[in-house]
Amino acid sequence: MTAHAVMPVDHDPGLDLLEAEAVFIMREVAAEFERPALLFSGGKDSIVLLRLAQKAFWPARFPFTVLHVDTGHNFPEVIAFRDRRIAELKARLVVASVQEAIDEGWVQEERGPRASRNRLQTPVLLAAIARHQFDAAIGGARRDEEKARAKERVFSFRDEFGQWDPRNQRPELWNLYNGLHLRGEHMRVFPLSNWTELDVWRYIARERLEIPSIYFAHEREVFQRDGMLMAVSPFLPRLPHERSFVETVRYRTVGDMTCTAAVRSSAKTVEEIIAEVATARVTERGASRADDQFSEAAMEDRKREGYF
Amino acid sequence: MDLLRFVTAGSVDDGKSTLIGRLLYDTRQVFEDTLASIERASHAQGLDELNLALLTDGLRAEREQGITIDVAYRYFATPRRKFIIADAPGHVQYTRNMVTGASTAHLALILVDARKGVVEQTRRHSALAALLGIHHVVLCVNKMDLVGWSEARFREIEEEYRAVARSLGIDAVTVVPLAALTGANIVHRSGELGWYDGPTLLEFLEAVQVPDPARRAPFRFPVQYVIRPQSREFPDYRGYAGTVAAGSVRVGDAVRVLPLGAVTQVSAIDRFEESLSEASAGDAVTIRLTDELDAGRGSMLVAAHDPIAPVDVVEADVCWMREDAPLAPGQQVLLKQTTRRTRAVVESLIDRLDVHQLTREPSPAQLRLNDIGRVQFRLMEPVVADLYEACRETGAFIIIDPATRHTTGAGMTRAAAPAAAAGAG
Repeated sequence: MTAHAVMPVDHDPGLDLLEAEAVFIMREVAAEFERPALLFSGGKDSIVLLRLAQKAFWPARFPFTVLHVDTGHNFPEVIAFRDRRIAELKARLVVASVQEAIDEGWVQEERGPRASRNRLQTPVLLAAIARHQFDAAIGGARRDEEKARAKERVFSFRDEFGQWDPRNQRPELWNLYNGLHLRGEHMRVFPLSNWTELDVWRYIARERLEIPSIYFAHEREVFQRDGMLMAVSPFLPRLPHERSFVETVRYRTVGDMTCTAAVRSSAKTVEEIIAEVATARVTERGASRADDQFSEAAMEDRKREGYF
Repeated sequence: MDLLRFVTAGSVDDGKSTLIGRLLYDTRQVFEDTLASIERASHAQGLDELNLALLTDGLRAEREQGITIDVAYRYFATPRRKFIIADAPGHVQYTRNMVTGASTAHLALILVDARKGVVEQTRRHSALAALLGIHHVVLCVNKMDLVGWSEARFREIEEEYRAVARSLGIDAVTVVPLAALTGANIVHRSGELGWYDGPTLLEFLEAVQVPDPARRAPFRFPVQYVIRPQSREFPDYRGYAGTVAAGSVRVGDAVRVLPLGAVTQVSAIDRFEESLSEASAGDAVTIRLTDELDAGRGSMLVAAHDPIAPVDVVEADVCWMREDAPLAPGQQVLLKQTTRRTRAVVESLIDRLDVHQLTREPSPAQLRLNDIGRVQFRLMEPVVADLYEACRETGAFIIIDPATRHTTGAGMTRAAAPAAAAGAG
């Protein structure tokens, strides 16, 4: 793995192949759906998605609405980054707000020190898909992330309730993706299915993509919970024994502040991150996602409900 | 670094999950948190050693029922290559899963238990690989520890399998003795197999060169999407976006747009702010043409002198994947081939493959779930198709049910009649 990391990224036929495959998938979505959306979180995977969309339709603008499900507990750096990138691309942005849904009373905020808005994203996402009549939503999920994702299709079928049923998925052969569906059903599409975490970072390096500053090592006030480093923030009340301290950290994934943990790191450049990822001994989600630690099947359960 | 995609198949209990787990573990792809969780699970099962099969463990329903429902994709890399494994479960829905996994694979890795040797499922998996156009098979003779690391036993299985492969037209066969449980000969060599002088499984996978027939095939470019920015900067830009399915094309080449038939010239090949002089199989590009033509999604660009003509009668090997209804003559279906979707009617069922005997039974009344048979379709509109063995990308299609819109089958073109001769078809 280490040798892979030090290979020059400029001449990597593996990355060319992954890029061509993702561009093909993006174009299939544009051709087969009437109202496709691209899910953007500000995280590295969705940054790569935006780049691929930009490439697939150049010199035209990409024909997707960008959809961000905003928990209201995002890192401010990430929101600033999102707005800058959307303006550069002259894209259309729709923000589906979890805070608004709570204020309107159709989702209930969890209580207690371990409360998170992670699960609330699902009904808000499904409502946005219904309200805007999106018939496809492109996401940045990868099959190497998690075991429930290893069996995910590139075109993942969702029934009229937005649910993922592993027993009701369409066979997917060659590169012949079937986008046909009935009214009310929709498709989640994952152009990065065959990418690994390292591929994503190598692509970011090759394309010289800008990423939010929290991916790089910085000093932050954190506290330890369940073996993970959580940022001190007004959104995440601490338990009495949880003392805060300052640590040099970075984020391996970018999600809601209540469930995304930082890792100790001194990586200040993309190249240093690549070297770190290549020798990492803990999975990306294991190191930094409290939302996956609920049970063996946490991701599977959330996917069934209609999660990303 | 290049990419090798392979499908794994084996019958129940021949250690496929352990083998894949071992491949991931010994190439150091397994992270500490994953390892800790399978350690806990191994202890819960009362095992002293790590159960590497748990590394490929999947969904809850699968764990509860001890079965595997679906093809899973796994990734690993060594300094020499990146690998994608399509892990096709052996028992439930094996035909549908094996066909799905094989459709994108360069080679097939088939397991046998050294004590049992070549069994019916070995023949069946090999036949499916051959049907899907896979000509490279690695036969892993697993559990060599349980036959006392016997070279004689290994040679016996090797000889028997080579005969099976020959009869199926599989021309490149590599046979490797190993023991997934102990790790012998998967990544590391082992003293017990001192008599074996071939490569370990990983050494073989890192080195094997699988020729891609699409590179040598004639140029095929299915138009996927028409790009027309109509912007101030690019007021008249009109580009045909797509991925080169086969062969290659250069700026200045004369091309024919099918099924239209018009001949024109390639004026530019674009790939995001970059002008290329050439594009070849697998490249996702945008082609501009000298003349404004009525070409759109589903049109195909071929070389101007290429004699290929659109067809509207197609004979194909079909794998039927629908649970609640069979495929029968007279049925109307949708076919998706390259970027084109067309209505078709099932004219006749020519035969049905008996995957147990590997014989073909003529004129079956219907094809049921997991059946494979030769089917003749009549298409409502002509398409540009090659034979599957000549070009997977233009010879393959999926079958879609017009009512539910679900994918119900997969087809590989074996014969086709030009549109003009359709009446006789």
